[in-house]
Amino acid sequence: MTLPTGVERHDFGGETSLATQGQPVYGERTDGDWRRWDPHRSKLGAMLEQGMETGLEGGETVLYLGAAAGTTVSHVADFGGPTYAVEFAPRPVRELLDAAESRQNLFPLLKDARKPGSYAHVVEPVDVIVQDVATRGQARVAALNKRFLGDDGRLLAAIKARSEDVTADPADVFDSVREELSAEYELLETARLDPYHEDHLGIVARPRED
Amino acid sequence: MSNGWFAGLDPDDDAAAVKRIAAGQADTPDDWPQQAVDAGFADDEADYYHRLHDVTMAATSAAVAEQEGADDQQLVHAVRAMADCERTANELSERVAEWGGSRYGDSGSGVEYARSVTDRDDEDEGDIALRSLAEQTVELANEADSLRAYIERTAPAVAPNLSMLAGPVLAARLISLAGGLEALAKKPSGTVQVLGAEDALFAHLKGNAPSPKHGVIFTHEYVRGTRREDRGSAARALAGKLSIAARIDHYSGDRRPDLQADLDERIERIQARAEEGDSE
Ligand SMILES: C[S@@+](CC[C@H](N)C(=O)[O-])C[C@H]1O[C@@H](n2cnc3c(N)ncnc32)[C@H](O)[C@@H]1O
Repeated sequence: MTLPTGVERHDFGGETSLATQGQPVYGERTDGDWRRWDPHRSKLGAMLEQGMETGLEGGETVLYLGAAAGTTVSHVADFGGPTYAVEFAPRPVRELLDAAESRQNLFPLLKDARKPGSYAHVVEPVDVIVQDVATRGQARVAALNKRFLGDDGRLLAAIKARSEDVTADPADVFDSVREELSAEYELLETARLDPYHEDHLGIVARPRED
Repeated sequence: MSNGWFAGLDPDDDAAAVKRIAAGQADTPDDWPQQAVDAGFADDEADYYHRLHDVTMAATSAAVAEQEGADDQQLVHAVRAMADCERTANELSERVAEWGGSRYGDSGSGVEYARSVTDRDDEDEGDIALRSLAEQTVELANEADSLRAYIERTAPAVAPNLSMLAGPVLAARLISLAGGLEALAKKPSGTVQVLGAEDALFAHLKGNAPSPKHGVIFTHEYVRGTRREDRGSAARALAGKLSIAARIDHYSGDRRPDLQADLDERIERIQARAEEGDSE
């Protein structure tokens, strides 16, 4: 697996880690203008760290669902092209705005990812959807947002088992999410994100033609 | 067929654009950058993305403020309530000090003295009554502090540029004195300069006082920290930038970090006069 252009491994005080170039956002370590992309704090970071074939090359147009305070999406904007960040909780969005201040290609949107019609007048068709919404109905969110992906588009999703069902065995939850997702997407690769994120499944998928 | 957020908009109408981002709808996405260029809304793709960044930042910070219930009127209520609590706490502190002096002979003043009275444990009925009053006084001072914290949290969302230049509390005071952010945005900067000095201004208009050089903006370090001879210039420069900031906050909500650099530079130049030893 090759890293996208704009993502490199750098040494941070004796520890080698993924890094991107941009203004620091969450107190991460820096090496010159490279800032550490901490896989423990980012599911996409963990997917890259696990060697999943994300297909990311750098410069992609991205729709990011569940941007929260901007930890991961700030890295995505560092190596990506136009990056649309959707988050529906106002509190973290204050920090997302700070992260977007220095990133001209990062467009913050206070919107509900279950209502794509409320941002389809702003978001253009994208190369990649990154999804990390950690809420019940994660497969449905991916299905609803499929309209933003072209035929060659990629869905990079992190599925949190406990968001679907706290009591169920994560393996069962992942099975049913995979199955539900398969109606709209062809799953290319799935992998558990342990040890970085317990009971999370990373998914790389492409939209089925309809 | 769906329309992009910019469809039919005047490219200079930032407020309308912000509304569109917030309330618009489309069933399906489309190549909006291309459409915007074709429609003449943007010069080219780079220009489109530049506008999109500005307008999504503005719309999203306004939406956050709205959802958190912080608008300019909430700020006005909070800053007035803070002033009431501070004034009342100070008045009551004087009463506590006077009363305490008569009983304990120790002199002191202000909320600090009231705080010290709450720590006493005398058991006389008069002591108890005084202590209770002191406690209420301290409570009011604490209330003023928590209102201040609320203002510091919310003013930057309501008026980001004004809060950046003036600090959140002075920003809220100016909005309150004007009666709202829109009203402040519409005032000429000469009026902003003397907001809060209405009494002095009135005396001046009646012909028995010099015209006031500054109102509440005197609390800004750039006015207070400038030597007396140059304070009028500093106040004028500050008021000018604050007016611009208030207009941007009201009409577009853009964030403009360059305003701070401009202001710093102006004030530096004014303060440098003192060192050169010549005025004007
Ligand atoms: C695990 S956090 C995301 C962390 C973030 N992706 C990062 O790595 O920096 C999940 C976020 O998804 C948001 N979220 C949940 N449901 C959502 C929805 N329907 N629309 C938009 N955001 C949603 C939550 O508010 C929360 O901030």
